[in-house]
Amino acid sequence: MSESPSSSQQQPAVGADRPPALLVNNIEVIYDHVILVLKGVSLEVPEGGIVALLGANGAGKTTTLKAISNLLGAERGDVTKGSIEFSGERVDRMTPNDLVRRGVIQVMEGRHCFEHLTIEENLLTGSYTRSDGRAAILNDLDMVYGYFPQLKERRNAQAGYTSGGEQQMCVIGRALMSRPKMILLDEPSMGLAPQLVEGIFETVKRLNEEEGVSFLLAEQNTDMALKYAKYGYILENGRVVLDGAAAALRQNEDVKEFYLGISASGRKSYRDTKHYKRRKRWLA
Amino acid sequence: MEILNAFFVAPFVDMGSDYIFFAEVVIAGVLTGVMYSLVALGFVLIFKASGVFNFSQGVMVLFAALTLVGLMEHGAPVWLALIGTVLVMIALAFAVEWVMLRRLVNQEEIVLFMSTIGLSFVLQGLGEMVWGSNVKALDIGIPSEPFEVGGILLNEFDLFAAASGAVLVGVLAVFFHYTRIGRALRAVADDHQAALSVGIPLRTIWIIVWSVAGMVGLVAGIMWGAKSGVQFSLSLIALKALPVLILGGFTSVPGAIVGGLIIGVGEKIAEIYWGPLFGGAIENWFAYVLALVFLLFRPQGLFGEKIIERV
Repeated sequence: MSESPSSSQQQPAVGADRPPALLVNNIEVIYDHVILVLKGVSLEVPEGGIVALLGANGAGKTTTLKAISNLLGAERGDVTKGSIEFSGERVDRMTPNDLVRRGVIQVMEGRHCFEHLTIEENLLTGSYTRSDGRAAILNDLDMVYGYFPQLKERRNAQAGYTSGGEQQMCVIGRALMSRPKMILLDEPSMGLAPQLVEGIFETVKRLNEEEGVSFLLAEQNTDMALKYAKYGYILENGRVVLDGAAAALRQNEDVKEFYLGISASGRKSYRDTKHYKRRKRWLA
Repeated sequence: MEILNAFFVAPFVDMGSDYIFFAEVVIAGVLTGVMYSLVALGFVLIFKASGVFNFSQGVMVLFAALTLVGLMEHGAPVWLALIGTVLVMIALAFAVEWVMLRRLVNQEEIVLFMSTIGLSFVLQGLGEMVWGSNVKALDIGIPSEPFEVGGILLNEFDLFAAASGAVLVGVLAVFFHYTRIGRALRAVADDHQAALSVGIPLRTIWIIVWSVAGMVGLVAGIMWGAKSGVQFSLSLIALKALPVLILGGFTSVPGAIVGGLIIGVGEKIAEIYWGPLFGGAIENWFAYVLALVFLLFRPQGLFGEKIIERV
């Protein structure tokens, strides 16, 4: 908190040995020219990392992800300040199509399957941007079925009639079909049974280790997210209020109390809860 | 009792007693129905892919036919005129995307709908300015000799229209289900946002779908134009497409076809067998009454995916 705004010797978030693949630098997002949603968010995701973006409803997690993947334009949102870089290239003025071609793809919250398409057709739409031929695409289809055997059984079912868990698998599989380097995964646990959530997170971990896909994971399920992520950022009111290695965050008394529901001193009055001051200052 | 008899018994007795005539009526209805389907198809394509009810589809039919006739009047052979018209319709799709759709992203559907009304005026004016407003005959060499099969009188032209309609629908079905672009079109129809998120560029898709709708309009324009001349009233057959859409559902390609057939056959049968009871001319309003009944009991249509609150 004593950091001055000019302190520029900020250490890279996760181990200086790997360069950040995704670098979000102090972005501000305004909807409809008037509604300020993100008030300066900075974060980075190293290559091959899993980074969690945590916070309550309306904190700005989804907006952050959409700002990166550039889906904001379709909602009359606009990144008005700051910059976003992927692999050293400015990407904040690109279309989603450009970004998917460069390997950044978003999986939106709420399981946006194409309801009237079959599961397999859904997966194939994910390969829209690819031009490396049918054989490679079919090969990846097998890869996706390898991770989600359940999808293979349901491949000819209309996606709208599959279960919530299957739909979540379907949208993650669809994103995989674009051969991504990084998946922006928004709220994969939403509305799913705890057992299914664990399965999804296990798959995320496997994809990270075996396919080398990096993840930026927006989650309300803080406990689960911090188990699988290596690093975490906590958003409140459109600002990053706390960040650190996942293990450190899990030990942080305030995180325990506000987000994990573990308190050392029993029940507390809501009046006594303290709010964070912004601690992190933006990179120059 | 006599009224009941006239309404519910006599017509069916008539149908049974002269079944060859009945078959002729049905076939005539099917053939007209195919032509309705062609017009309705253009609406469905655009509605599915961009959620816009394209009021100007009827004028697009007129515009395509006018362009074709105009090019032929200037001495172009049929094949060249066809290619030219297809190019014009594609150019139109680019223009619509650039002038209208791009600027109205994420606006209310009613705004887009209003803009298509505007487009219909622009197109109509443009077509008549360039090609003139007098009635033109369209003759691209489709034979129209009547002939008989098993005592049933048929017309070569109607068969040709039905066959080309069927081919068109078949090509579209293959395109939609088995190609990368077709899959993307259906994906956009289901969920714009998700389609965008997997990297499907909406603008390209809009251009493609408006081009396809333009070509479907051209086929409809050729058929209707050859039958009744190319003139302003051609754009009014779009009004007949509305009950077809309500019957079949705004979002369903098979629905547009089945809806067209039902309306076509239904209005012919109604005209012949029930028409005299109403003093004739039932054909003109039967489709709308049928649509009204559907709106009351099955507002999403026979094959519609969901109730449309967008129009």
